[in-house]
Amino acid sequence: MVLIQQIINGVMLGASYSLIAIGYTLVFGVLQLVHMAHGEVFMIGAFVGLQVVLLAGGGVTAAILAAGLSAALVGVVVYLIAIKPIRARKGHFLAPMISTIGAGLVLQELATRFFGGEQVGFPVQMDSSIWHLGGVTLTSVQLVILAVSLGLMLALHLFVTLTRVGMAMRATAESMTISHTLGIRSERIIILTFAIASALAGAAGVLVGMSFNSISPYMGVDMGIKGLAAMLLGGLGNVYGAMLGGLVIGIVEVISVAYLASSYRDAFAFFIIIAVLLFRPQGIFGSTAHVEG
Amino acid sequence: MLDPYVESVLIFTGINIVLALSLYLPVSAGLLSLGQGGFMAIGAYTAAYLTTELQWPFVVALLGGGLMAGFVGLVVGLPSLRIKGIYLVIMTLGFGEIVRVFFLNFEPTGAASGLGGIPTYTTLPVVTVAVLLTLFLCFQIRGSRIGRAIEAVREDELAAEVIGINLTYVKVAVFGLGAAIAGVGGGLYAHYATFIDPAQFGFQRSAEIFIMVVLGGMGNFAGATLGAIVVTILPELLRLGDAQEWRMTMFGALLVAIMIVRPWGLLGTRR
Amino acid sequence: MTTNGTPLLETRGLTRRFDGYSAVADMNLKIERGSIHALIGPNGAGKTTMFNLITGVLPPSAGRIFVDGVEFSGSRPDRIARLGVVRTFQGVRLFSTMTALENVEVGRFCRTRGGFLAALARVPFVATRTEVATRKRAEELLERVGLSKQRDMLAGELALADQRRLEVARALAVEPKLLLLDEPVAGMNPVEVHEAGELFKALCREGTTILITEHHMSLVMAISSHITVMNYGRKIAEGSPEQIKRDPEVMTAYLGTEAAA
Repeated sequence: MVLIQQIINGVMLGASYSLIAIGYTLVFGVLQLVHMAHGEVFMIGAFVGLQVVLLAGGGVTAAILAAGLSAALVGVVVYLIAIKPIRARKGHFLAPMISTIGAGLVLQELATRFFGGEQVGFPVQMDSSIWHLGGVTLTSVQLVILAVSLGLMLALHLFVTLTRVGMAMRATAESMTISHTLGIRSERIIILTFAIASALAGAAGVLVGMSFNSISPYMGVDMGIKGLAAMLLGGLGNVYGAMLGGLVIGIVEVISVAYLASSYRDAFAFFIIIAVLLFRPQGIFGSTAHVEG
Repeated sequence: MLDPYVESVLIFTGINIVLALSLYLPVSAGLLSLGQGGFMAIGAYTAAYLTTELQWPFVVALLGGGLMAGFVGLVVGLPSLRIKGIYLVIMTLGFGEIVRVFFLNFEPTGAASGLGGIPTYTTLPVVTVAVLLTLFLCFQIRGSRIGRAIEAVREDELAAEVIGINLTYVKVAVFGLGAAIAGVGGGLYAHYATFIDPAQFGFQRSAEIFIMVVLGGMGNFAGATLGAIVVTILPELLRLGDAQEWRMTMFGALLVAIMIVRPWGLLGTRR
Repeated sequence: MTTNGTPLLETRGLTRRFDGYSAVADMNLKIERGSIHALIGPNGAGKTTMFNLITGVLPPSAGRIFVDGVEFSGSRPDRIARLGVVRTFQGVRLFSTMTALENVEVGRFCRTRGGFLAALARVPFVATRTEVATRKRAEELLERVGLSKQRDMLAGELALADQRRLEVARALAVEPKLLLLDEPVAGMNPVEVHEAGELFKALCREGTTILITEHHMSLVMAISSHITVMNYGRKIAEGSPEQIKRDPEVMTAYLGTEAAA
């Protein structure tokens, strides 16, 4: 059935959005901050993964690992340089977000310096076989993307529910003051949160590269906005909401391309943003936003 | 006469001042918009269409662009009544992108290929007049009854309401006016750049305008003006060295630095 | 038009529910013109909610509100203010980046006219007639509440008692028929409380009806002509200060609270 095929494709696409959205929402949960450089972190992960593939001849696993690690590093550095010093001062509530806009610009330009401003091809080193399940067609690349995305989300879920550190993260997101009194060192948790959020985004970068066969230094803006939309849809601060939000947006986009004009595809994420803000600003699953907007 | 390069910088500075002031107006009521690029696009395309396709006179076309953008601004401003703070920022971001995608697909103005052959009606005297008029407008508003009401709304919406200020009127009006001015700025831009395409009015543009206001100081329109001047001229100063490649990087770093050292911008909040 | 018998403000069956419980339930309140009417009750009795309902800040879940006999249930706050029903806030809400004078001037907003076009048409640096009148009125009101010396100070820098006075001045700028004062003397010393009481009595004599909610019992007893007592969102007693002092239900509600501050 064609619709099922579209839905699967949508899930494939949406899973990447989810990984990015999870990063946004983790950071929002812990700092009440919309991290406008997160899309660029994703993009850097993609490029690092590309280097691994091109220069070291690495396979998919190596690329994803390298992307995840480097993105985590970049993410933490962005926190330490562009976010932490600002939170210490009593500026206005948007100062941290504006600073991340600046950080994103820096990252984007640095990437353009080092990797050129053009789109570059992302070769995929894996044997491409085609699988037929029921009426659905999947390439092995798609399967890998799906498996890795879902696997990462599952790992995150287990991490925050089963490990002590993961639970400390959730506690800090709930209330930094209370978790302080429980002895949780919020600074470490914040850094860990940034690391995980960025690592997921970095991995998503490789997956997206594999899926579209090309990446560019400007893809961070595009994907960033989609991830933002997914986070809003799922509810700011709500990790499971972000997962589902990403999938929904992916499915909506794929279906809209199939049945409506394809060039308006990108606009759907924005329409969703606006619709959510108008009718249900707390997202479908409820947000953890403490501040008034 | 004036060195053509210097003239070009001055013209862009003037256009940017108009754009920065267009954002300053909603900001002065507490409405932060990351979507001025969208209004600029509407003004640019409308004015360019009117001069190229319909051969309308320049000033009328400019006003037409402004009116069109202003009208859309009124519509977009309505939801701003219920959507506040960070949510409004995100919504205006989404709006700006929707406009960009719209023009990417809108055949009558060239869709993705853009619109070219726009006559160069924007000259330094024209821009100067536009800047002076916009500054005059901001100055007049500030000292007036409506200006005080706008400030009250920014300070404390509830208190403003209970003393009889109609929030809808103030917020929507200020949003629409800001949009209209951004539209005029877009028209000026189009008739200097001679070629426009949707990519020029995307998030980067909105962010740049946003940066001008934030950098210069959100408390008064002198701040926005200063921000526009700094943002336009600084990269040119860098261009004179070998560092022109790093202008956006510098901007980003500057933004971070300002937020750390002076989060309220160069001129701060006080009027 | 209105007859002498029509109360200035009347609520019938006014109710406001939040998530299952009623902050205000079936309140029937009548405020007569020319009186100082007090609304008292223990914390959480629903007094501030009543204020919010009357001034349109919160929409009622049920019930009706009448101003001078005309129904205005669920109107927007700015509309209610223009009708002449103006309030102050328990936690003072001034415009802190504006001076005291400017705060009062902005109170004149709904009594004056002139929007963007008027702003454009004005001759720069020359005050229009309206602006001159506005400034004059604001200065008079500051004088009235004893804040003339502070006129150019930023509202955020004033002492608390002065801030409360400023809020009253700003409310007066709106030319209220009915002035709602939400705990206006909280945090004031006895001298300040007395001065405030004298001011409220004077305002009432000059024609402004007042609805006040306060915990400061001696003030309430001294200036009110009529008292309504609330508890758990409902009216439990009503009458003159003498009657209320002797009411056993009121005693129970205020168990442990001093009747004279």
